[in-house]
Amino acid sequence: MDTAAVEVVDLVKRYGATTAVTGLSFTARRGAVTALLGPNGAGKTSTIEVCEGFRVRDGGKVRVLGLDPVADATALKPRVGVMPQSGGVPTGARAAEWLRLLASFHSSPIEPRLLLERLGLTSVSTTPFRRLSGGQQQRLSLACAVVGRPELVFLDEPTAGLDPQARRATWDLVTSLRAAGVAVILSTHHMEEAERLADHVVVIDRGAVVAQGSPAALTEDRREVCFQAAVPVDTEALGAALPAGGRVSAAEAADGRREYVVTTDDPAGLGPEFLATVTAWCASAGLLAEDLRVRRRTLEDVFLELTGRELRD
Amino acid sequence: MTEHTSSTSIPTPASDGVSPPDDIALFTPAPGAAPLWRMVAAQAGLELRVMLRHGEQFLLTMVIPVLLLVGFSLTTVLDVGEGPRVDALTPGVLALAIMSTSFTGLAIGTGFERRYGVLKRLGATPLSRFGLLAAKTLAVLAVQGIQIAVLCAVALALGWSPALGAGTAAASLLLVLLATAAFSSLALLMAGTLRAEATLAGANLVYVLMLGLGGVLFPTSSFPGPVESAVALLPITALSSGLRTALADGSLPGLGVYAVLAVWVLVAGFLASRLFRWD
Repeated sequence: MDTAAVEVVDLVKRYGATTAVTGLSFTARRGAVTALLGPNGAGKTSTIEVCEGFRVRDGGKVRVLGLDPVADATALKPRVGVMPQSGGVPTGARAAEWLRLLASFHSSPIEPRLLLERLGLTSVSTTPFRRLSGGQQQRLSLACAVVGRPELVFLDEPTAGLDPQARRATWDLVTSLRAAGVAVILSTHHMEEAERLADHVVVIDRGAVVAQGSPAALTEDRREVCFQAAVPVDTEALGAALPAGGRVSAAEAADGRREYVVTTDDPAGLGPEFLATVTAWCASAGLLAEDLRVRRRTLEDVFLELTGRELRD
Repeated sequence: MTEHTSSTSIPTPASDGVSPPDDIALFTPAPGAAPLWRMVAAQAGLELRVMLRHGEQFLLTMVIPVLLLVGFSLTTVLDVGEGPRVDALTPGVLALAIMSTSFTGLAIGTGFERRYGVLKRLGATPLSRFGLLAAKTLAVLAVQGIQIAVLCAVALALGWSPALGAGTAAASLLLVLLATAAFSSLALLMAGTLRAEATLAGANLVYVLMLGLGGVLFPTSSFPGPVESAVALLPITALSSGLRTALADGSLPGLGVYAVLAVWVLVAGFLASRLFRWD
């Protein structure tokens, strides 16, 4: 049990002339939640499908529970649960019927009735898959991924398109899986999801890892100074006054006033001198910085900073 | 998203959604595959239920053959050859029913399963591809068993008197099994290579063409010579003429019909195994 749940080293995946994954590496621990975070088209699904054995890699090394996902597929299948992004169920099969079928493929499955109850699907257990709502289909798919009591589950965008209640139910389930010692690898483009659930976040963009670590570690060294001002601030002048790596951005605050955010690329992080520089510049400009505070950046801020890209849904 | 300052960056899921102890027991890993026979039986049961519940497929596999049998037995609009009408019609209608399940129904069902990612999803379960094919075969044979029972009951009620001996019964059974293998291989070849919509259209078109050309409602001996020789190479013709020889004439079908079916099984089976795409 000392091997990692998933170990990916320099993974390359191409589709014709397009390279979807370009030398991606990460390690997912057992009994922990690992989130692959990135915009659509970043290479998350390709990475997951290579780990699931659905796709053959074009380069690099992939070990799942210490085994090769393609060569050792037969040994891995009973131990690994899979939730695809969509579909995977015959449209005419009824919800409980399909879950019972997948349960019957395993030696000691979870009682399907309990899972349906847990995910709020009891009332639709005899409904054909095609008549379930999108959220119900997602939750059934999630139930199917865990019904065989796997050691490891891959959840490809498990909460995409879910309403808040259903998302909550999914999050609770992931939390329970982790508590029970199941390794969870999930892909998401929701920052909040990664921040709440994951022990380890792998930020992916354009087929490569741009940062990884715990949500705390990813946001820890990334503090920023923000303040509001009643009059427009000369951001260029402020930027010029900052130490190397400092940057200023402006945004509209809720009440129509301008909010200014001052950050630094300095690997040492944002220290007291930096804050003093900002306030000194404000004083010299005759400016009262209102609501001034130093805050830890969110994963979303970090993501945007790392990729320079808006998250796309 | 008012809480922009993420002061709680350390994920503490346990304090968030509390996991009760029985929850931990519920999800504690205990992986393992069920025995193959249990997986195959469960999958075959599901396939069978889905097939029987599917309205259009029921129309194709049950309603149309029964209507053809009853309609053309009781009316004289169609020249079915000599002898009692139901005796001439039943073997061909049985052949049509078998084709409707093992070719048309299987092709369309599998085509859409592929399209909706069902085959791919099943590929991630302990059920092997062999197990899935075995389950599909069992489900097809079960539906055909029901079809044969219903059609024979209807035919007998219409006064059918098959020339059935131990030899012709065994010969007929062998024909049905061989034809099922040929039709299923063709169905999987189609479903595994074409888009689901193309499979849907193609499989229905083939059904109609075979209904007209394959000696289902009347013997192909009424066709001009070259056409007759050409359609004799179709699996449906081999099945219908073989069944007619066995059940209407009471003699053993020639080796030719078995050879035709065997070649279809080998060619389509080989191509399907090479070309079938699971996603």
